[in-house]
Amino acid sequence: MGKSRLDNVLGVLVLVGVIVALYMAFLEAPRERTMGDLQRIFYFHVPAGMVGLLALAVNFVASVMYLVKKNRWWDSLAFSAAEIGVMFMTIVLVTGPIWAKPVWLVWWTWSPRLTSSLLLWMLYVAYLLIRNYVPDPDRRAATSAVFGIVAFIDAPIVWFSIRWWRDLHPSPMIESGGLAPEMRPALWTCAAAFLLLFTYLLRRRLFVETARQDVEMLSRRIEMLR
Amino acid sequence: MIAKVWAIFRKDMLIELRTKDSLNAMLFFGIVVLVIFNFALEPVRESVRAAVPGVLWVAFAFAGTLGLNRMFAAEKENSCLQGLLMVPVDRGILYLGKMLAASVFMLLTEAVVFVLCLVFFNLTVWSEIPWLALIFLVGTLGFTSVGTLLSAVAANTRMREVLLPLILFPVVLPVIVNAVEATGIVLNTVDYGALRLPVTFMSVFTIVFTTVAYLLFDFVLED
Repeated sequence: MGKSRLDNVLGVLVLVGVIVALYMAFLEAPRERTMGDLQRIFYFHVPAGMVGLLALAVNFVASVMYLVKKNRWWDSLAFSAAEIGVMFMTIVLVTGPIWAKPVWLVWWTWSPRLTSSLLLWMLYVAYLLIRNYVPDPDRRAATSAVFGIVAFIDAPIVWFSIRWWRDLHPSPMIESGGLAPEMRPALWTCAAAFLLLFTYLLRRRLFVETARQDVEMLSRRIEMLR
Repeated sequence: MIAKVWAIFRKDMLIELRTKDSLNAMLFFGIVVLVIFNFALEPVRESVRAAVPGVLWVAFAFAGTLGLNRMFAAEKENSCLQGLLMVPVDRGILYLGKMLAASVFMLLTEAVVFVLCLVFFNLTVWSEIPWLALIFLVGTLGFTSVGTLLSAVAANTRMREVLLPLILFPVVLPVIVNAVEATGIVLNTVDYGALRLPVTFMSVFTIVFTTVAYLLFDFVLED
């Protein structure tokens, strides 16, 4: 399985999508009244969060599927999704404080949303750590799948455990409809671009991971022949 | 089933009572944490009562991690784990037995560390003890429910002892948060009605993760 035509099409779509998203976020979307241009970071912060959560959900499903089917492909998918998920969550955690410092006057506050995002990030970094330290591929797959499931179940529990803390973070404006209608196209374009990017990265990462596993298996076989 | 769980539990207790490896280490580490906190909190001596719940649970969590690390590391010596896996019981039973043993070790440690904490921080507590015992019990069960599973996960890795706290603490954070909150309510307020929420929460956490771990334990131990 090399780079298929679908990957090429996706690649072009990502390029176009990102350019359009940048245009929408920086030029098309109106300037926010109180925060000014600073608010534009929102168009990257929120989609990164959405896609990050999606990646972690993919990791959960793939982890369950691995334990059921014992097929290495699911393990590769779980790993690729976790890695990309951590990347998007990192974007969320970096863009957040950049926005917060001028608006809240602090980089960080231990509000429920911030705390659970950080915890979520930590859980999946822990997942990647585990993978790093298990040499045997089958054991690595099973062990990390178990942790992936535990982490995903833990995520909502973390959220509910601290939900009653005072929250400074703006509540999700998409649900409450508090986002100005003129800002919505930019947000949704950015979300679509991020989603395309995620799909593309996932497919490419999955390809690299399966190739790596094939090499691993071949080199083992050579070892045994010696 | 209960007899089987009991057998596993008894085995671990027996080993521990003969060697006292884990308990000694856990107790001493708990005390070390208390002493360190005593110096760390020196600048805020007046408001130390407010910090005691946090200090206690940090000591419990650290000591508990030490005990959980031994849980499977000890089994790896002399291939004890292979023997244990050959026992014709469901792997979930192994988990329950081990979890029970880990909880008892932790509770014993907590009892001693708690008394020393009262001494070091000059607190007097009598009528609060049953409430605290309840909180320590559910908090500990919550901690070990995930801890025992993740101890087996960490035992599969090259970094065993180093990795366990890294993967365990993010997962058990909800328990720690609620345990600290509940302990604080008992030590610093009179409004015990507020206990219901954190205690219920910890119980739910324990039930959820005991079930999850019971089902998943098989995959972690596979040889």
